[in-house]
Amino acid sequence: MAVPVPERFKRAAMVTMISIKDVKRSLLVSLWFVFLSFPIMVIQVNPVERTVVWRWSNMLYMGIASLLLSFLVRIWLLRQERRLAQKQLSSSPQPSILHLLLKQQKFRYPLIIGGSVIVLAFPLIFSSYQANIMTTALMYIVLGLGLNIVVGLAGLLDLGYVAFYAVGAYSYALFNLHFDLGFWPALPLGGLLAALFGVLLGFPVLRLRGDYLAIVTLGFGEIIRLILENWNAFSKGPSGISNIPRPGFFGVEMSLDQAMTFMYYLMLVLLAGTIFVVNRLQDSRLGRAWVALREDETACQAMGIDKAQTKLIAFALGAFWAGLIGVIFAAKTTFVNPASFTFMESAIILSIVVLGGMGSITGIIFGALILILLPEYLRPLSEYRMLAFGAILVAMMIFKPEGLIAGSRRVYRFQAQKIQPMLKNNE
Amino acid sequence: MSKPILDVIGLTMNFGGIRALDHLDLDVYAGEIVALIGPNGAGKTTFFNCLTGMYAPAEGEIRLTSPETGKQTLLAGLKPNKITELGMARTFQNIRLFSRMTVLENVMIGRHCRTRSLIFGAIFRPRKTREEEQDTVDRSYRILEKVGLSGQVDELADNLSYGAQRRLEIARALATDPFLLLLDEPAAGMNPQETAELVDLIRRIRDDGHAVLLIEHDMKLVMTLSDRVFVLDYGEKIAQGTPAEIGVNAAVIKAYLGEEVLDEEMP
Ligand SMILES: Nc1ncnc2c1ncn2[C@@H]1O[C@H](COP(=O)(O)OP(=O)(O)OP(=O)(O)O)[C@@H](O)[C@H]1O
Ligand SMILES: [Mg+2]
Repeated sequence: MAVPVPERFKRAAMVTMISIKDVKRSLLVSLWFVFLSFPIMVIQVNPVERTVVWRWSNMLYMGIASLLLSFLVRIWLLRQERRLAQKQLSSSPQPSILHLLLKQQKFRYPLIIGGSVIVLAFPLIFSSYQANIMTTALMYIVLGLGLNIVVGLAGLLDLGYVAFYAVGAYSYALFNLHFDLGFWPALPLGGLLAALFGVLLGFPVLRLRGDYLAIVTLGFGEIIRLILENWNAFSKGPSGISNIPRPGFFGVEMSLDQAMTFMYYLMLVLLAGTIFVVNRLQDSRLGRAWVALREDETACQAMGIDKAQTKLIAFALGAFWAGLIGVIFAAKTTFVNPASFTFMESAIILSIVVLGGMGSITGIIFGALILILLPEYLRPLSEYRMLAFGAILVAMMIFKPEGLIAGSRRVYRFQAQKIQPMLKNNE
Repeated sequence: MSKPILDVIGLTMNFGGIRALDHLDLDVYAGEIVALIGPNGAGKTTFFNCLTGMYAPAEGEIRLTSPETGKQTLLAGLKPNKITELGMARTFQNIRLFSRMTVLENVMIGRHCRTRSLIFGAIFRPRKTREEEQDTVDRSYRILEKVGLSGQVDELADNLSYGAQRRLEIARALATDPFLLLLDEPAAGMNPQETAELVDLIRRIRDDGHAVLLIEHDMKLVMTLSDRVFVLDYGEKIAQGTPAEIGVNAAVIKAYLGEEVLDEEMP
């Protein structure tokens, strides 16, 4: 008996078949993007010395980056198409080892209990430096879960997610600077303002899909950053805003270490809340509508789903969590400047979602832990982080498109089931 | 006679220079099964797309009248989801299921426009939302029973056989509680056994109080099932009548078989 070629290798082979037409289109997209970003990226006017600096190298970077990006998106779309064409042949994705472990009752509870003990006692066991890193990781998990609503569930490729993170951080920084607003009122306010920006971005991009949506959202992220960088009167420009207070706890005086420990537990609570809410959202009328929207927009509308409303809610909710974490970020570092909100940030968060498994909460937790903790603990490697990201993303898209832990669909119970014996279908 | 539930007058649709529909008139009454037939490229799917708000027709009026309330609506410029909400749902010729959702979830999506809970309901799950969800699940399950898919509720839609996918499309559309169901070639790709079951299913759907307008190439199915038949060719209506009338209509036979076979094929 011949050994059949494993499905994933077959799939990988097919992906490499990008036609000349695709290459041409990608080239066109990147040319267009270079042209659009030309005034921002290449020309730098120095009004003091009255000189113009032409940063040609930036143009090259822009070109290469957008070309790569466009390729990635194209590979992704191609995969989708293949999958559709292969409908009948391919079965559902194989569950990962981790998934199987978690599925088994025997391993499930010890794993969960052991995990929670470590997580709860973390700042007590480890140094505050470690706790600090862990807090960052927790923040990225929440960011990943937020972006997951937009990308993983609703299928809207958003490359400008960091903009909402910036909105949250700056709303705390600015409201504190001008109105002396404390952390606790700023937290929901930052989230809501970010959600508002999510809707603002959502409106113009309602009709866009795939690489067009990706590029516009990328542009939106950059615009927000550039505004923060250049509108000195508003945001104090590149020098940023410092002396942002850490969160208080009923007026208790805290040392730096204690404040860090408090941050850690605060993030833990926020993460628990986020997981709870995202879990419920996923498993609701709204969550189903998002997934349906991801699967087929046209069919979705034909089935009576208000596309605009559903997409806008996805953008708003996704942005809300970015805003919350933005506020936390500002409070944690006590300092914000535009350099913290570059495209790289969006890329990391997106990598978390893609690497972890789109639409899967457990997957995203692991994705964030791997992507944030690995480079921290492997310091020497961190210089190659960029490179590693690219490599990991490309490899994942080709070999494991559903991520570390693919989202699985829920099984429902019905009243009818109890009464009626299951009718076996005669096919 | 009461008012038609669907009344189309002078519907015209152009694609660039091509006229896909040319001043088409068509009506469907409550309790009817009406067939729309015609050669490939006649404009049948285009007609469905105009009805459901996916294309904006150049001319003409589409009126939908609810048989329960008697309320009449002009469908000009309405979004597809609004039209579905009014009570007209469709299936697709090239199956468009949500392939990575389960069979049951696909049908539950159809309930979307009949349910209300949003963010608040999702997060806090008040009793109203829980009841709504359970109702959605139960109704969806019953619809799946009706189309004979209750044994595969937790299967991914992707993994169903072709014929089962077509039935799932019908179930999903039924979940929106339509008074008029539009079926675009429901028997395409089915074997004779499956087709026979489909005929039975469509009859039961009609008996449950849904009117059906269906596009079909399978003449035997059309002749046994439909009360009235409309025939399209190059976007124009060339005939309309009962199956018996259509079967002997010279223009129809000509459109289908071409001029030369006319003499041999006439009964
Ligand atoms: N989106 C579109 N853009 C341009 N032309 C179109 C479009 N949709 C349909 N057409 C054209 O309109 C005509 C009618 O197409 P339509 O799909 O409605 O035919 P049909 O009767 O459904 O055919 P079939 O039996 O093959 O499904 C065809 O000539 C087709 O090429
Ligand atoms: Mg057609």
